[in-house]
Amino acid sequence: MTRKLTRMLLTLAACAWAGAVAMRAGGATDNDVPSAPPPGRLSETGLYADRDALIIDQRNRPFTPQYPLWSDGAAKRRWVRLPDGATIDARDVNRWDFPVGTTFWKEFAFGGRKVETRMFRKVARDRWDFASYAWQDDQRDATLVPRDGLARVAEVAPGKWHNIPSHDECRACHDAGRTEVLGFSALQLSDDRDPLAPHAEPLEPGMVTLASLVAERRIAGLASRLITTPPRVAGRTPVERAVLGYLSTNCGSCHNRESSIASLGLFLKYAIASPRTCTADALATTIGHTGHWAVPDAPDGTSRVVAPGAPARSALLRRAQSRRPSSQMPPIGTVLADRDALRLVTEWIDALEGPPAAPCAVSAPATTAAARRPATSRTGR
Amino acid sequence: MTHKTATVLIAFAGITLTTLIATASGPAQRPAAATHRTPVELGAYLVSTMGCHDCHTPWKLGPKGPEPDMSRALTGHPEDLKMPPAPALPAGPWMASFAATNTAWAGPWGVSFTANLTPDKETGLGDWTEEQFIAALRTGKHQGKGRQILPPMPWSVYGRLVDEEVKALWAYLQSLAPVKNRVPQPIDPPEGSQR
Ligand code: HEC
Repeated sequence: MTRKLTRMLLTLAACAWAGAVAMRAGGATDNDVPSAPPPGRLSETGLYADRDALIIDQRNRPFTPQYPLWSDGAAKRRWVRLPDGATIDARDVNRWDFPVGTTFWKEFAFGGRKVETRMFRKVARDRWDFASYAWQDDQRDATLVPRDGLARVAEVAPGKWHNIPSHDECRACHDAGRTEVLGFSALQLSDDRDPLAPHAEPLEPGMVTLASLVAERRIAGLASRLITTPPRVAGRTPVERAVLGYLSTNCGSCHNRESSIASLGLFLKYAIASPRTCTADALATTIGHTGHWAVPDAPDGTSRVVAPGAPARSALLRRAQSRRPSSQMPPIGTVLADRDALRLVTEWIDALEGPPAAPCAVSAPATTAAARRPATSRTGR
Repeated sequence: MTHKTATVLIAFAGITLTTLIATASGPAQRPAAATHRTPVELGAYLVSTMGCHDCHTPWKLGPKGPEPDMSRALTGHPEDLKMPPAPALPAGPWMASFAATNTAWAGPWGVSFTANLTPDKETGLGDWTEEQFIAALRTGKHQGKGRQILPPMPWSVYGRLVDEEVKALWAYLQSLAPVKNRVPQPIDPPEGSQR
């Protein structure tokens, strides 16, 4: 049964109740209308120096995050443009503040064909806007996609399609004022790369890294210990290191202490500079926890978010393996499970023996600005 | 089809029609917000006119036929009502079945159960935030970020309400007495039948 059909049914079912409501409602409020609308064509966004030959403007610097986001096996290329002379404020190591005007581009290709390029611009102190461009069949340029997104732009496996997300879907991960930029952080750009990171792409000459940002003076306020010792995930084993990094990227943009769903108490985003005595949030909030969602085929009461030694009873793994509507994780941006990474997660859960030795105190959801600021970020520990 | 189910169906279709007719004859003279002073009052009005009880309050057979059981108002699918597997429907234009309580729904999306909307901490909306509630109705994602909210929850309709109205819905639901009723998780459609 197709997803489309399910959608249609939803609409149908909704229709019966729709009448009165639709007439009363004035329409949803729209808070994110960009100040200057993005250009209609990708070639007009400043990505390319030569619009015919599609040669990238030298000022747009390529980078590759240490732990890439899984996008159904898309080959991705990414560029960042910092406004001339401006620097990133990195005093809060887990939450860089980018200068207004910063622009990111990310290109998605499947089977050697460019499909989509996303652009993400910082347009005001606390506001980013999104634009997605769908590549033309002739691969010479890409055109702006409407806010509602575009379905079925590339078949990534028989019957499975890559969709260009709607702006609302963009917001689901790039949460205004919280976690706007996901792939460009101290951990993601660290020069101390994780050899087991799933789907990591090689660092190529000219790519931006933490060290290059420092050397080129494009970053201010970075703790000096991160300059001498680039950050790395503190896993107890190499596999755990890679798993925590993977979860941080693929789950942590929603499951973090600042998110609107912080009340779930599940924190998978990896925060640099946790005190040594405290293990990662991702260990403290998953291992042995019961969670809201129970693995359907686990004997009553035995389902855990992560059940040490028991991948089959571990909701985190089971949901990441699922691509069906009521259980899939992440819920958007992917239609194929990431088999390679999930093999690694399975191996990690298999080897776990119990809860971590010194779990972090899991505090109540952060609601105040003070609570949102990681306590250790400025102390230089 | 049993007599009882047929009655439920008719009553159900009736509600739908009434809603549509009420709509066709024009909206109320004064905006709802003007006649309902507090958010809780406005929310109560909206909940009673936008069909929340139709699905979130289990139906029972009353003296005049099927009706929502208001002693279990807005508590969702009753946890003690274990549903047998949904009937398999033959190929054709019929594609969904629902329980006599109007709280469990089987279709191509699997089986969905209506949520407990009372503010019980463990089983209802007690540990939700207003932001999550608003985001759920606006985005059609569980708590605004998770899985798709399944049919037949008409989120795309309610998502069009203005902020004041959605907040009023929230204020009213949070003002209810919490009732412990653990609604089952939705059931995925059988492997291979999806997408
Ligand atoms: C046509 C039936 C129907 C009507 C009418 C209806 N609901 Fe629902 N609702 C459902 C179903 C079914 C679910 C469970 C969906 C799921 O599990 O994905 C649900 C789930 C919900 C949820 C949980 C969403 C989440 O994020 O998990 C909320 C909140 C909710 N409804 C509020 C309301 C409110 C408020 C109204 C009235 C304004 C209403 N519903 C009217 C069927 C309905």
